This record gives sequence, C-alpha cells and structure tokens, in this order.
Amino acid sequence: MTISEALDARTWRSSATVQTLKVGLFGTPLNSVITVVTVALLAWIIPPLLRWGVFDATWTGTSADCAAGSGACWAFVGAKFRFILFAFYPPALQWRPLVVMVLLLGLLVVTAQPRFWRKGLLIAWPVVVAASWILMSGTLTPPSVPSNQWGGLAVTLFVWSVCFGLATPLAILLALARRSGMGGVRTLAIVFIELMRGTPMVAILYVAMLILPMAIPGGQLIDKSVRAMIMITLFWSAYVAEVVRAGLQAIPAGQYEAAAALGLGYWRTMQLIVLPQALRLVIPGMVNLAIGFLLATSLLAVIGIFDLLNAARASATDPQWLGYYDEAYLFAALIYFVLCFGGSRYSLWLEKYLRRSDRH
Amino acid sequence: MRKISLWWGSYPLTQVAVITAAIALFWLLGHNTAETMARIGITPGFDFLGRPANFEIGEAPIAFKAGDPYARAILAGLLNTLRAAVLGCVLATILGVALGVASLSGNLLLAGLVRWYVEIVRNTPLLLQLFFWISLAKSFPSPRQALSAFDSFFLTNRGVFVPGIGFHNVSAPTLWLLGGLAVAYLASVVWAWCSGCLSARRLGLATALLLGAIVLAFPLTGAGATWEIPALAGFNIRGGYNLTPEFAALLTGLVVKFSAAIAEIVRAGIQSVDRGQWEASRALGLHSGQIMRLVVLPQALRVITPLTTSSYLDLTKDSSLAVAIGYPDLVSIINTTANTTGQSLEALTLLIAIYLAINLSVSAAMNLYNRRVALRGTARA
Repeated sequence: MTISEALDARTWRSSATVQTLKVGLFGTPLNSVITVVTVALLAWIIPPLLRWGVFDATWTGTSADCAAGSGACWAFVGAKFRFILFAFYPPALQWRPLVVMVLLLGLLVVTAQPRFWRKGLLIAWPVVVAASWILMSGTLTPPSVPSNQWGGLAVTLFVWSVCFGLATPLAILLALARRSGMGGVRTLAIVFIELMRGTPMVAILYVAMLILPMAIPGGQLIDKSVRAMIMITLFWSAYVAEVVRAGLQAIPAGQYEAAAALGLGYWRTMQLIVLPQALRLVIPGMVNLAIGFLLATSLLAVIGIFDLLNAARASATDPQWLGYYDEAYLFAALIYFVLCFGGSRYSLWLEKYLRRSDRH
Repeated sequence: MRKISLWWGSYPLTQVAVITAAIALFWLLGHNTAETMARIGITPGFDFLGRPANFEIGEAPIAFKAGDPYARAILAGLLNTLRAAVLGCVLATILGVALGVASLSGNLLLAGLVRWYVEIVRNTPLLLQLFFWISLAKSFPSPRQALSAFDSFFLTNRGVFVPGIGFHNVSAPTLWLLGGLAVAYLASVVWAWCSGCLSARRLGLATALLLGAIVLAFPLTGAGATWEIPALAGFNIRGGYNLTPEFAALLTGLVVKFSAAIAEIVRAGIQSVDRGQWEASRALGLHSGQIMRLVVLPQALRVITPLTTSSYLDLTKDSSLAVAIGYPDLVSIINTTANTTGQSLEALTLLIAIYLAINLSVSAAMNLYNRRVALRGTARA
C-alpha cells in the first residue's frame, strides 16, 4: 500500500464515520427531533452538575473551606480516604489490610488471564486467602485485631473473595447432587438450592445474626462478620450451583458413555471428563455472578458491618465533616463502578477469547 | 416398584449415609437452638403472634396502632412489601421497555445515553442507590417551598405528592361488591385467555362492563370519587396521594435499578429476532408497526418473558433492602418482632416461608404465561 492509498483509505474511513453520525443523528425527521430534544435535556442537566462537581467544588482544605464554597467538597474525600478504605482498623496497623488488598487484587489480575490458568492458581487462592486472614487478625504478628474492627474496602474485597472461593467447591457438589441419579440426594440439593434462591439476602444475614448464635455450639462466641460469611457462602453456593448445573447439562451424553466404556467410575468421570468441560463453559457466567456478588456485599451494611458502603456513610457522620453524604456515596459508587464495569468488560472479552480458542 | 428402585439408584447405602448425615446435622442445630431458647427462657411456638405489639409502624395500608397483635403488624409489613414490589414491577417495566426501545431507536445520541444509564445503574449497588435516594428525598424543601411540576406534583421533605382519585363514603358492602366484580372479571379473562378464545373485542367488552358497573355502583350506594390534585393548604399539602420519603426513595431505587435490567432484556429480545424476519415481513407489505406487533414481538417475547420473570422475582426480594432506609416492609417488621419478643427463630421462619410463597406463586403465574408465548410443542415438553 502506498502512502497516498493509505491516506485515501483514511479519508474514506473518516467520511464513513461522518456519514454514520449524520444518519444516526439526523437520518429521518423523527431522528432529528429526538436528537434536538436529547441535546436540550442534556443542556439542562449537565451544566448545574458540572458547576457543582467541578467548577464550584472545593478540592483541598478543611470543612470550613467546604462550607464557604457552594459546590462539591472533594476535600472531604481526601480527608476520609483512609477511613473509607480501612474503617476502624487501628491506624498504626493499616499496612495489613493494604497488603491484603494488594495481594487479593494482584491475584485477581493474575487469575483474569487465561495463560495463567493451571493447577497452581487453585492452590494459590486458598493460600492467599488464609494468609490474608492471618495477617488481618494478626495471629502470627501481634497485636491481634478482632474482626469487628475490620472495615472498608479491605473487608468488602476480603468477604467477597473468601465467600466466593468457598462457595464454588460447595456449589459444584450441589450441582452434581442435583443431577445425581440418587433421588434422596437430589431432593436435598433441590430443597437447599430453591430455599436459598427464594430468600432475600437480607433475611439470610438476619439468620446469621439471630439464629446462628443459638444453633451452633458456642455460636455466641463467633464474631458477627464470621457468622455473616458462613451464611453468605451457603447463600451464594446455591446461585453458583445453578450456573454450574447449566454447564453440566451442556455436556453430551456420549461423554459419559465414553467414560463408562473406558471403565472410569463416577468421581473419575466427573473429575477427568465432565467437570473440566462443564466449568470451562460456565466461566463467563461465573464472572457475571462474581460481579453481582461484589455489589451484594454492600448488604453487610444492613447488619452493621463497616464494609465499603457503610464506611463511606459513616465517614459523613464525623462531626468535623458532617453531612457530606453525596460526596461519600459518589466516591464509593466510583470504586464499585470501576471494579464492576471493568469486570463486565473483561467478561465480554473472555467470552470472545474462549469462543476463539475453542475454534482452533 | 421400578420408580422406587430408580429413586434409590445404584448406591442405596451412600444415600442412606447422606440423608442420615443431613438429618443428624439438622437435629444437632435444632437441639442446640432448643437448648439455648430454654436457657434464656423463651418458649418456642407461634403464640407470640396473638400478643400485643408495642411499637408503631410509620406507614401501613391497614390501620395499625401500638397494642394490636403481632400478626396484624406482620400483615401490615407484608402489604407494604407487596405494595412496593407490585408498583415497582409495573413502573420498572414501563420505564424499562421505553429505555429498551430507545436504545434501538437508531438515534446514536439517545442510544448512547441509555447505554450509560444502564452501565452506571448496573455497576453500582442497589443499597448505595437507595441511600442516595433517601438522602435526596430528605433534603427536599419544606412543603411551603416545595418543588413542584405543573402545580400538581410536589417534592417536599414530607414526601412526594401526586394527583390521584380520592374516594369518599365507600361502605364495606360496596367494597365487597366491587371486589367480587373485579375477581369475576379477572377470573373470566384468565379463563378465556387460557382456553384461547380471548379476543381484543371480548376483552374490551368485559372491561367496559366492569367500568360501567363501578360507575353505576358509586352513586347508587352514596359513595363518591373525585380526581384530586394536591395543593398547599396552611403548612402542609393536601389532596392527592402522599408517598412518604422512605417509600418514594425505595420505589425510585427499585424502578431505576430494575428498569436498567429490563431495558437490557428488551433490547436483547428484540435483537434476537433475525434480520430476515424484518425483511420478509417488509416484502409481504407490512408496515413497521405491524411488523413489530405481528412478527417481531411474539418471537422476542419468548426470550423476554423468562428473563423478565427472574427480574420481577429479584425486585421482590430486593425490596427487602427497605429495612436499611427505614421503610416498614416485611423484613423490618419481622426484625422488630424478633427483637422485641425474642422469638427470632419463628419470626425468621415466617419471613422465609412468606418470601418462598411469593416467589413460587410469581414463578408459577409467569410459567403459565410463558407457556402461552413459547413455541408450540416446546413448552409442554
């Protein structure tokens, strides 16, 4: 391709873009009306928001500076940044949740790349989660910090990864049980899954708060957040089980028959033939579930655990910075959005990647 | 006999072991619970439902005052939940379909705007949105400086005021009569629909009969109905319907969150219909309205219906987040009941049973509908 050809191609492309825009915005009379109305609506909404959030905003300083200004108080977010990330974790020891966050996010980034998918990761997750727990509670590195002082983004990520990590193996067992030939086991699995899926998560959290202390021997001694994590794990496992079941259903009967012909027993068939194919099929579904679960961890606020959302809310009740709820919520929303939007883009990419690599 | 042997499968002993383990676990948990309850002096059982509840409920569709039995408080909570869920489903569907259609309108700007709306709403927690809406609802000015639209919608810190129909002098027999008529109407429509002889004309006729009966019944029994527009009177706003800040925030949050989900479902459903269907219909000489109504929608509904069902169920379950913003829904009343009586096991069992019942009946109803819109021969299989 000569330079002039390349230039021609470029001008052709850009004029195609212009053409698309022209048709997309003013193609028909109705379209033009919609465009004009939408622009008018935006012109009405955007400028006041920009004035509040950018031009009149106070970016640095104290709450007195904020009170003097008329816009958003981003200085508040700067002052409360540490609290929103770590809540009531003792300030001198906040390097611990920081290390935990870096570890978990780092492992997440590694896990997200298909070229690292091998057995080592399956071992790395329990190891990192256990290490995070030991580090957060300070069992090996005193002073120890009880889990009712954990908080902020660190707790959100921690609860999310622990519960999702524990729920997945449980869910695989549940899904196998639901498709098992044994009627009794199948019935138990169906009852458990439907019971969990028919109940709101808030009710499950109240069970963790009110029933578990009575039902588990010595349950009163177990901390609130640990009890919540037990129930959330059971709750999520029902949702994951349904996704896994969809994958199991997609495996053709010929695979089972071939495994039986080779003389493999039930567990060998599942472990070597069925599950590797089924789980690969449901990876995009699992990523979507994981995104939903990250949003759902915000419900911990209902039972008074200081997760990211509750820490953001509590930061606006500080007498020094009273009432900057909008800024606090926007900041928390931004963190959730970045994590979940990134996750959903990744899920789309992964789906395409898996389809492409299946073809070869 | 064969069925029983199938149920037991080839490993009956394994099954016996699993079932025994499940029963043992259940027994252990139950035994512990019973022991703890005995130790703190609580008698298990549902007797507490008849005892007086000494708390007030902020808003209740049925009259409730402190001292009424717990059962009535729980009923009020359930009605509050159902009110939020039903209104939420209806409004979320309307907004969601509008947004879904807007994203397919072919206008780039509008489609992009809807895209961003959906992404922002979908990727932030519902609870965070509810916190935002409740703090917004509480920061509205007092009724005297209310923000108003068209002088009939008012946003104040005492709630949102909207126009509505006000009823006067409606006696109990009138109410029963009208209720009976409505049930008869619904039953006949559902029957006609299930037996496949429901046409637009018959539906119209039945609706006209119902409306006629209502219009006639009112003057005959001395009851009246007027269209009321809220207006400032003294220090408050009177007339029309008043949504409390909590209810308005909950409803807005649910509608915004689930309209985004429904918009995506509608878009996916309509896009799932092959382009060839549009082209073939155009070749047959149908205009775009007819194509949509006769060709595209019936096929799109097959994708849309099951997904919307699960959205409705999620909405009903998520209405339980009301407890976090102070709206007295079922969860909030049950929580108060559990804390004041100590009967937390019974209260939570009741809560879970009610949600299961709602869920199962909604999915049963939607399965019935799904069978109507699904391909013949596939749904019944």
